[in-house]
Amino acid sequence: MAKITLQNLAHSYHTNPSHEDDYALKELNHDWVDGEAYALLGSSGCGKSTLLNIISGLLTPSQGRILFNDRDVTQAPTSERNIAQVFQFPVVYDTMTVRDNLAFPLRNRGADAHYISDRVQKIASMIGMEVTLDKKARGLTADAKQKISLGRGMVREDVNALLFDEPLTVIDPHMKWELRTQLKSLHHEFGHTMIYVTHDQTEALTFADKVAVMYDGRVVQMGTPQELFETPQHTFVGYFIGSPGMNILDAQINGNTAVIAGHAIALGKSYGAPLGKTELGVRPEFVSLSSDGAGLPVTIKRVEDVGRHKIVRADFQGTEINVIAAEGAHISPDMNRVIFDQSGINIYNDSWRIAPQED
Amino acid sequence: MNKTVNQKAWFLVLPVLILVAFSAVVPLMTVVNYAFQDTFGNNKFFWAGLDWFSDMLESERMWSALGRQIAFSSIILAIEVPLGVFIALNMPKKGFWASLCLVLMSLPLLIPWNVVGTIWQIFGRVDIGLLGYTLDKLGIDYNYTQDFYAAWATIIVMDVWHWTSLVALLAYAGLQSIPNAYYQAAKIDQASRWKVFRFIQLPKIMGVLMIAILLRFMDSFMIYTEPFVVTGGGPGNSTTLLSIDLVKMALGQFDLGPAAAFSIMYYLVILLISYVFYTVMTNLDKREGN
Repeated sequence: MAKITLQNLAHSYHTNPSHEDDYALKELNHDWVDGEAYALLGSSGCGKSTLLNIISGLLTPSQGRILFNDRDVTQAPTSERNIAQVFQFPVVYDTMTVRDNLAFPLRNRGADAHYISDRVQKIASMIGMEVTLDKKARGLTADAKQKISLGRGMVREDVNALLFDEPLTVIDPHMKWELRTQLKSLHHEFGHTMIYVTHDQTEALTFADKVAVMYDGRVVQMGTPQELFETPQHTFVGYFIGSPGMNILDAQINGNTAVIAGHAIALGKSYGAPLGKTELGVRPEFVSLSSDGAGLPVTIKRVEDVGRHKIVRADFQGTEINVIAAEGAHISPDMNRVIFDQSGINIYNDSWRIAPQED
Repeated sequence: MNKTVNQKAWFLVLPVLILVAFSAVVPLMTVVNYAFQDTFGNNKFFWAGLDWFSDMLESERMWSALGRQIAFSSIILAIEVPLGVFIALNMPKKGFWASLCLVLMSLPLLIPWNVVGTIWQIFGRVDIGLLGYTLDKLGIDYNYTQDFYAAWATIIVMDVWHWTSLVALLAYAGLQSIPNAYYQAAKIDQASRWKVFRFIQLPKIMGVLMIAILLRFMDSFMIYTEPFVVTGGGPGNSTTLLSIDLVKMALGQFDLGPAAAFSIMYYLVILLISYVFYTVMTNLDKREGN
């Protein structure tokens, strides 16, 4: 178990990167605290897997250092790092039995036979494969194979960190939930540092203590699920997290008012007069419909009832504004205005959140 | 599921049937004709029954040719398969050098058989051949026209040179199709180089390797041109493999009856072994599917 530190880390797949765009992973400084469960969340191609492979040593970064408990392992091969990693698609040794598959990482490290059979039994019961232990891995379903991969990742107790690269993609939804719970309880029991890569926000938010949201090769925000929800530091976080994501509207900011296409909105706090592109972000949860003439004029296009609540899709001069209304709320045709709850408003300057000025 | 019965569908097979009949079945029938009959010329035939077959089965000549043939096929398989896999494992995975390797490896496969034979026939000559001359100067007594071992060594090395590429290319294709995640997982699991080969690479290339072995077996079992050009079956009968012997019998001695009986048995042996191979291979696939 270890604290993992990334210093000035960056990676490019080009041999001579000259421009920032050449980097798949832009310069990054970060500490992964020992024993925490992290999720790396982002859309495909944002550098999540690159970062993960650098940590496990499958990839050597173009620049910067990686420290495990303050020991520099940047150039150390995977085998010296004592890392477990589970990949997106099942990797099993076809010709071996399930038992041998699970025992493989331990045997390669010369563990004691009794210990191995104990561990294998324990892991098998955890992934629910005790009855198939003596079957060859070759004939199993993708589901079962991925469970073996997970099991192989968890079989060693002394790992520095457990890395998961979208491990539940091929698992069916019911089993997904169960395995995620297993992983969480494993985390509570052994306190491994875990890093879990996913593009599924539910998975990230339920699994991790802290979620790192990645966008275009950068970690744009690292925080608890609550922080990501309430104060997204980047418009991408606002848009990516939440269902539907944050409403982002072009706005001119002047002190404590925002002007959106000629409509002034009171912010309650002062933001000065930032230069550059300014936007106002507000989550659908903080938007309500009204019919009394205040707020932004909109036309309601569609109402989706998702069971727990209603999602109203409204149009404001060509921009979509989403509103979440209570399940029982009455929505009438004369509701042609939306009002923003001031506590839910965030202001962005060139896509990054700016904090209100203290009075 | 109910199968639709439609006998007219047979007509769709007819063109292929006609084609195969003219290219294979009819010529084969003339062989069958000769195998069961005897002739003194003038197109007059006598029924010979199974005489030619029993003659052949008792013929020492045929058995020793078969023995040599089995030895030849076994030796070249024992060399070409491991060597081909070894080469495939060590070929560059991508880039310029990978392409260059592929082209170089393919070259021997593109050379016509009799040219291969001629190349080695000259290459091995003590007076003008690079190989023969060098070996001779090194003080090694090498003469493939006189010496049993030299002759065998030459045709085996020639076959290895000509065909190892095929095994290597097939194995290479198999290796290329292994997803990178397997190698990464092996690193994480701290598997040794040998274990990576034993538990990842070998199982994954088993399918193509079986095809390679089957192709090499069939081809080597029917080999004629190359050894014939190099040694002509000699010295003595020492490199007279089955098909060389067959041609000697049929065209040299004009013993068409025994040669025809011999051909049919030869054909059946290859068919049988290929069938066994095919069954083993498909069973392997089935195990995969369960």
